Amino acid sequence: MTTSLNATNTPASASTASWLESWLEALPAAGGPLEAVQTRGRRALREQPLPSSRQEDWRFTDLALLQQLPLAPACAATEPPSLAAPEPGVLRLVLDGGADPLAGVALPAGLQRLTPGEIAQGLGHTLAATGCEQHWPVELNHAAASAVLALRVSARHNLKLELVSSAGAGLLPLRLLLVLEEKAELELSQLLMAPAAGAISLVLEAHLARSARFSHGLVGLGDSGAALLGHLAIEQEPESHFNLTAVSHGWGLARLEPRVVQVNGQSSTCLRGLQLVDGREIADTHSFVRFNGPEGQLDQLHKAVAAGQGRSVFNGAVRVPREAQRTNAAQLSRSLLLSDRARVDTKPELEIVADDVKCAHGATVSSLQTDELFYLQSRGIGSDQAAGLLKRAFCEEVLRDLPDAARSWCPFEALELEAA
Amino acid sequence: VIRPDAPVLLEIRDLQARVEDKAILKGVNLTVRAGEIHAVMGRNGSGKSTLSKVLAGHPAYTVTGGSVAYRGENLLEMAPEQRARIGVFLGFQYPVEIPGVSNLEFLRVATNARRTEQGAEELDTFAFEDLVRERLQVVQMDPAFLERSVNEGFSGGEKKRNEILQMALLEPLVAILDETDSGLDIDALRIVAGGVNQLASPDNATLLITHYQRLLDAITPDYVHVMAAGRILRTGGKELALELEQRGYDWVDQELAALEAASERNPVGVG
Repeated sequence: MTTSLNATNTPASASTASWLESWLEALPAAGGPLEAVQTRGRRALREQPLPSSRQEDWRFTDLALLQQLPLAPACAATEPPSLAAPEPGVLRLVLDGGADPLAGVALPAGLQRLTPGEIAQGLGHTLAATGCEQHWPVELNHAAASAVLALRVSARHNLKLELVSSAGAGLLPLRLLLVLEEKAELELSQLLMAPAAGAISLVLEAHLARSARFSHGLVGLGDSGAALLGHLAIEQEPESHFNLTAVSHGWGLARLEPRVVQVNGQSSTCLRGLQLVDGREIADTHSFVRFNGPEGQLDQLHKAVAAGQGRSVFNGAVRVPREAQRTNAAQLSRSLLLSDRARVDTKPELEIVADDVKCAHGATVSSLQTDELFYLQSRGIGSDQAAGLLKRAFCEEVLRDLPDAARSWCPFEALELEAA
Repeated sequence: VIRPDAPVLLEIRDLQARVEDKAILKGVNLTVRAGEIHAVMGRNGSGKSTLSKVLAGHPAYTVTGGSVAYRGENLLEMAPEQRARIGVFLGFQYPVEIPGVSNLEFLRVATNARRTEQGAEELDTFAFEDLVRERLQVVQMDPAFLERSVNEGFSGGEKKRNEILQMALLEPLVAILDETDSGLDIDALRIVAGGVNQLASPDNATLLITHYQRLLDAITPDYVHVMAAGRILRTGGKELALELEQRGYDWVDQELAALEAASERNPVGVG
């Protein structure tokens, strides 16, 4: 195969896996508005070793599935399944990695495209601020993405936006840049779907100015032969609010990294996560929250359901440096283990230097409670139905926090697990 | 009401059971006919709560001997849910809180499981709401409790009322109420006991597991059984409960000690 890569690329280092090298070689030449980013990402992938279990951040999660995917260089997205029409006044955009999603779309008041100059200035800023611009999944996105959806949200419009993506075979790279101005409000429902042999790479950056509110519901419904790699990087100015509710189900490999920096503290961050694994699936959430100023708040609940031989990983990093006095952070990880062969690894990672703070954390891993099951059974409810009610109750605590549209995309019935 | 010709609902013969490696029930015998109210009294650890859990099929208890027939059928080989569907009800001493499961949905699913077993039609949401609102009156319960999660954040009294509400919906033939009076103040006790009295009929039977006489002031038992060391030591009428109240349980210990001493002198059979 002849290489079509930019001449500035260095030859493949020994660390680059051959599957990755072939994938890189098959990519179209870097070009377009993200040429510089693409070039950088491709170089990085050649120079960086693949994440492996030797690195603490990847100890439990291996990328083996990725190399089994016939990663076509750019994936032809498939039509998303028929979804109910959005509510009146809600804009739905289909992101397929190719066509401009805004072509022919009349943007509602309060929503504008960023100019190329603004994109050049803003792109990568929040990745750097949250310390993940060189993460391998981010570089993968850099290498592949040829476009960015870049939007500004202005105040006083209380916008609702839906972003829908359905991958085909191959890698669908999604790159988003959101700028919320002072007092702007955005509710984003995002759906990511992939069939077997599909993969989605998502990199989202959002900057929340003072008193902005951003509520993000992310629903990833995959296949045991599909992969999802997502980085959500958020910068919060004081008095802003960020709510993330992320649900992943069915992916052979799903790795989500919400990364939040409260640039001067005094903001509120609410993180909700639910990941379900079955079969031999792996779901991994690595969250990172850093308070760079006083009086910040974090309310985090991460839940996992592990059945079959599934593996769930949660790592919750919270950084409270000296300047972050009077931080109030609470993190709870709760996992439901439904099979002897499933595995849950959960780890809080709190680094607290400030002395006047409240930082609570907790983790529980349990199977369905015998007493709860027996109570339901003693009322005539069959053991399977009883187990179903309890699993549903466990999941609802997160599902109910999704924005309405996202909630409608993943009713509990869509989150079926094989019989435990 | 004692009627010697009433059908036998529950026939417990030489029932033995253990939890983990500890033998708790050591040969319980009890016959319950339709229309009867039985009180089982005894100190903590005498085995009375174990008896109730074994009858309901709690998985932590293993039956090691004896038999239990419910209307002639072998109860012990049925799953807990099947026992409930055919009319055996356990009112829990400590009703379990189940966050996230709506009380109303739970009650509806349970009621329909029982109805299906009886060959009746399942109730849809609307028909069930009518039924549950009517039955709420049995325990004077606020309908707001239907909207909450099962027992979550309920006070002790509210939990027990919720138990009796379930009993009112499931209409069991044998209701076993395990320490239903524990943790109740006088008013709640009166309401709960009133509910039990309303639900008692010539066709069903009630087994009250209790520690104190005060429940029996409100619900008059036909029989009172005193349990000790995993057996029923003595059976009498309601006056036996009054005697216990006056004399305490010390005489039970003495009687038990005498019995054990006698069995050591004259061992009967080898276990």
